[in-house]
Amino acid sequence: MTGPTMTDFAGNQQIIEITYLIASALFILSLKWMSSPTTAQRGVRAGEIGMALAIAGTLLHHGIIDYKWIAIALVLGTIIGIPLGLVKMTAVPQRTALSHAFGAFCVTLVGTAEFYLRTPDVPRFMMSVLSMEVILGSLTFTGSLMAAGKLQELLPQRPLTYKGQNVVNLSLLALSLAVAVYLVIHPGARQLFPFMLGIPLLFGVLMIVPIGGADMPTVISLLNSYAGLSAAAMGFVLDSKLLIVAGALDGSSGLILSVIMSKAMNRSFTNVLFGAFGQVQSAAAIGQEAKPVRSATAEEAAGILSAANKVVIVPGYGMAVAQAQHKVRELFDALSKRGVDVRFAIHPVAGRMPGHMNVLLAEADIPYDRLMDMDDINGEFPQTDVALVIGANDVTNPAARTDASSPIYGMPILDVDKARTVMVIKRSMSPGFAGIDNPLYYLDKTLMLFGDAKSFVNNIVRELSGGHG
Amino acid sequence: MSSALINGLFVFMLAAFIGFEVIRRISPLLHTPLMSLTNALDAIAVVGAIILVGEHKSRLSFILGMLAVIAATSNVVGGFLITDRMLKMFKSSRPTKP
Repeated sequence: MTGPTMTDFAGNQQIIEITYLIASALFILSLKWMSSPTTAQRGVRAGEIGMALAIAGTLLHHGIIDYKWIAIALVLGTIIGIPLGLVKMTAVPQRTALSHAFGAFCVTLVGTAEFYLRTPDVPRFMMSVLSMEVILGSLTFTGSLMAAGKLQELLPQRPLTYKGQNVVNLSLLALSLAVAVYLVIHPGARQLFPFMLGIPLLFGVLMIVPIGGADMPTVISLLNSYAGLSAAAMGFVLDSKLLIVAGALDGSSGLILSVIMSKAMNRSFTNVLFGAFGQVQSAAAIGQEAKPVRSATAEEAAGILSAANKVVIVPGYGMAVAQAQHKVRELFDALSKRGVDVRFAIHPVAGRMPGHMNVLLAEADIPYDRLMDMDDINGEFPQTDVALVIGANDVTNPAARTDASSPIYGMPILDVDKARTVMVIKRSMSPGFAGIDNPLYYLDKTLMLFGDAKSFVNNIVRELSGGHG
Repeated sequence: MSSALINGLFVFMLAAFIGFEVIRRISPLLHTPLMSLTNALDAIAVVGAIILVGEHKSRLSFILGMLAVIAATSNVVGGFLITDRMLKMFKSSRPTKP
């Protein structure tokens, strides 16, 4: 009887490995197809099929004796997952942070279970990757929860700093690494495991406390990378190549996005993590005096816009906060109908996470080929008749190019000031996120349109349709 | 060093290079759906958790495994769902070919 059973095991094991191999290939294809909006949906299908195959393959695993509870857990997870897939587009950043937390939670729990199943006889290498899995997983878990809380405005968005903060944080990290090293050498010291789990959990919280709202795009990307790396570490522990592949893909994706985000803000990782951006406000605000600005009404703005050939709209997060994207779409339609060439200039950090602004505009039915990256549009501002800034501030600030004393000096910006006419919709003259005054507003060619973004754009649209309709 | 470790490191190295090359080419237009997609793919960690639940080696590993399967499954379902919703919103102004 032993013979056939053994072959069964081996046969099953081969089928499982083959489903994992196909799933890995599908995951890579899935990301490859994400490179263009025309193939991206195919990419999602590929990912779904790969996932379904891998889960089905896993169920053939010979050690599984109990399917009932697996089914229950899968159903419960689906029930929680569906509402998380149906959130509003403005809430996508906090949803993403929350799902980093869930992913890291899963990895940490599996790591903990494996530790207690395998100790005290664990080879050193196994214990090192297990420690990495648990440390990265737990700090990503609490860090992502904190980020989600800040983005959802359950927690204060302002960076909270105190003296010696970096020393405290780095000591905690060092302490958890020391515990990990001790466990690698003495895997029998199981009583130390709670420290290796608990200290990074605390570190994750403290790591996000000093980080302000403006840095969230970088932080979310970095947490994405950590979540991927912790999953890859779990792949080493379980000797699963599929998991190593998925973790490496996710880890490199997060890393690339965080590099793009920190470049777009002209800051290094260390600066984001240890810098606390919100510190410059007070100094910048003092130097402010009442300088003359030119303002215009919706009627005047509509006149200038309809006489233009080329218009570039520069949306910022303020536009999304005011829920003005659908009105902006009406403006886009009204101007396009008159033969005006309208495009959108999207700064990499225009939203709360990488690419967020593109999603918000696509949701408002603005065609994606009208949405331009910073690098593609910047050369075109000198030929642009009107640049219309809606709810963006620091990313249009020419001081980043010219004023070496400015806190944002060196940050790549949209060269809005090179357009022939600049119009800025803004509630008041108060400074933006980073609290820095914007010289753009005092240029002779700049018209300030004071008011709420949504109602002001609405008034322009009404003027455009009324005047010539 | 075991051969499993070396094999694993090879796989990791190659996958990381593929990841860098493939993801570098993705336009900023799609960075948000990219992140929600990688999130869903990363939830493949569910396979490790399924085995913990199914093998039922200890009460602790079973309970932790259950929670892990629930968390990862919600990422799979939610991640694919929202990525799909976002991508459906991206439309071109050029008429699509019939």
